Amino acid sequence: MIEEVGTTEQGDLVINVGPQHPSTHGVLHLVITLNGETIKKVEPHLGYIHRSIEKMCESLSYRQFIYVTSRMDYLSSHINNHGCALCVEKGMQIEVPARAKVIRVLMDELTRLASHQLWWGAMAMDVGALTPFFHAFRERETINDIMEETCGARLTMNYMVPGGVMADIHPNFQKRVKEFLQFFRTKIDEYDELVTGNIIFCSRMKGIGYLSPESAVSYGCTGPTARGSGISCDIRKLYPYEVYGELQFDEVTVAEGDCFARYMVRMQEMRQSLSIIEQLIDNIPEGEFQAKTKAVLKLPKGEFYSRVETARGEFGVYIISEGATTPYRIKFRSPGFSNLSALDHMARGHKIGDLVAIMGTLDLVIPDIDR
Amino acid sequence: MLSIENITHSIDVWLNRTFSPTVAVLLESLIVGLCVIGLFALLGLVLVLMERKVSAYMQIRLGPNRVGPGGSLQTVADTLKLAMKEGLTPDGADKFLFNLAPFLVIVVAMMILAPVAFAKGTQIWDINIGVLYITAISSLSVIGILMAGWASNNKYSLLGAMRSGAQIVSYELSAGISVISIVVLTGSLRISDIIASQQDGWWLFKGHVPAVISFIIFIIAVTAETNRAPFDLAEAESELTAGFHTEYSGMKFALFFLAEYVNIFIVCAIAATLYLGGWMPLHIGHWAGFNGVMDYIPSSLWFIGKTFFLIFMIMWFRWTFPRLRIDQLLNLEWKYLLPLSMVNLLLTALIAIERWHF
Repeated sequence: MIEEVGTTEQGDLVINVGPQHPSTHGVLHLVITLNGETIKKVEPHLGYIHRSIEKMCESLSYRQFIYVTSRMDYLSSHINNHGCALCVEKGMQIEVPARAKVIRVLMDELTRLASHQLWWGAMAMDVGALTPFFHAFRERETINDIMEETCGARLTMNYMVPGGVMADIHPNFQKRVKEFLQFFRTKIDEYDELVTGNIIFCSRMKGIGYLSPESAVSYGCTGPTARGSGISCDIRKLYPYEVYGELQFDEVTVAEGDCFARYMVRMQEMRQSLSIIEQLIDNIPEGEFQAKTKAVLKLPKGEFYSRVETARGEFGVYIISEGATTPYRIKFRSPGFSNLSALDHMARGHKIGDLVAIMGTLDLVIPDIDR
Repeated sequence: MLSIENITHSIDVWLNRTFSPTVAVLLESLIVGLCVIGLFALLGLVLVLMERKVSAYMQIRLGPNRVGPGGSLQTVADTLKLAMKEGLTPDGADKFLFNLAPFLVIVVAMMILAPVAFAKGTQIWDINIGVLYITAISSLSVIGILMAGWASNNKYSLLGAMRSGAQIVSYELSAGISVISIVVLTGSLRISDIIASQQDGWWLFKGHVPAVISFIIFIIAVTAETNRAPFDLAEAESELTAGFHTEYSGMKFALFFLAEYVNIFIVCAIAATLYLGGWMPLHIGHWAGFNGVMDYIPSSLWFIGKTFFLIFMIMWFRWTFPRLRIDQLLNLEWKYLLPLSMVNLLLTALIAIERWHF
């Protein structure tokens, strides 16, 4: 679907939003053309924090390159690591022990919760409510503490390795996760009370930034952005990996396609993640947490692809191997890049305040877009 | 009893006995000017700290707690820092207007203070058109904001200033009509008369439902007029970085900041005066005993208590609500508040004519 490209006319106001702007949550640079307060065109300019991660990976071994991927989408580093580990395991045909599988899924879902919590706070801040941010960080802190106990890190986890996980879970892990579940069950209702039902918030969200199912597909949107337009695209359901196939959970889709739909998808996904964690936390099988692997991994000649569902959408890892200890070429498919490309389509004709709200519902993480 | 009224009265008597009447008036003006500047500094210190503490407790934080006991000197430290900073004037800015704007805003804020009654008999200027004066002067501050936005040569500032202009001009209407409804009930524009008319009860309670409605409309309108969240579109941190004062730094920024807080104090003081009786203690009809007990609390404490309660409410709004969009903001005023306040004014007039109020 190709649209007519908005043109800049005499009298239009061209504003640079970013690279340093409070609501771009990173070094995103948007050149917006305005007619008064109405947006005529949004042009994202990328590359401010390009670190050529894909090129770096070509000189790193199959064990090493996973560490770099934590720095891409830093809010779901577990899931990035997971995708890379899955791809290497596929190439090496490593069978992951059952215990590691469950631990991985638990970590993924905790990460998803933490990421959505941060999104919720930042989203509310974008539309002008400053307090929810602190409430969100209070809950996220608990997850970070749980992660820290087991992985030793709070942001760049580097916990998933080819063959399983780096270390076994901490003895306190189950107890603390269960405490957190109980605590967060009450807090998520508080989230709804504070923000979801607020009349100002609803009027800022409903009917804003409409993304039709067709455009969602044509822009390659995935994750909550596409599910907010009613597209079923949850990798956990469509191509189940690890133990997702055996779990009871719903794929959340909302058909409206506006900012509020995307908001509701994430809010309900938090509840789904809670239920997934509840199903698994008492059923972690005994056994090895890591499969026995060779000291040096050499993927056979060929091409390998794996995908996982991060908090923002589909994350794909594509490895071309020439049979050496390092990959010949690595390509990452990051969800943020495709979601950002739909921003212009969604924001046209709305006001500046709406642009900020729409960006909030896309949940952009800039290092994920600029690799 | 040592009250502010007695102190001011004895100073007045002493000055008139010692000097000729002209010199006495001049000296009194000088003292009042110094007092206003002192009050400004004090208000800035107290309100900024109060905002930071209120927001901190709402956000599960502690707030400033390092400088001075309980962080009480934090604002002093911040002001010193701002005073030390270089007052930059951006290249391409209209230098004269750019430097004039913050002073205009602060001078307007000072001028509105004149007819506010701080305690029994403590008023700078009991002008017979007090309420009209306040309404007229308060609309001048938009000129300073527009000036700042235009002269900065920054698109964010310009957008913020334009938003602010549209917003203040619109919301002045319903604020004005709310004020008029009290004037209708009182029959006088003089602030001291309005306060005296609440001798046997505050207008908020005496004026039936229309007074409550006009109080709510007034609070909404003045929140918008002072550019406070959820109507802080002129600053709109997440959209326009800092709106009309994006380019300001150092003391010039501090003046805008100070003017914002002083304006909050003033509008809350006016709301307290019109609806909650100003310095008048809580009196209920003919309950002489109750009224007598209430009179033991000094009038200045009544005034400060009511004003700071309203200030707390406005701060509460800011840390709870998301921000409105510009078109929603104007819709709210022109489609809902203005018609409602007009109908409400008619009802109030009916009550005033039929003497239905208590």
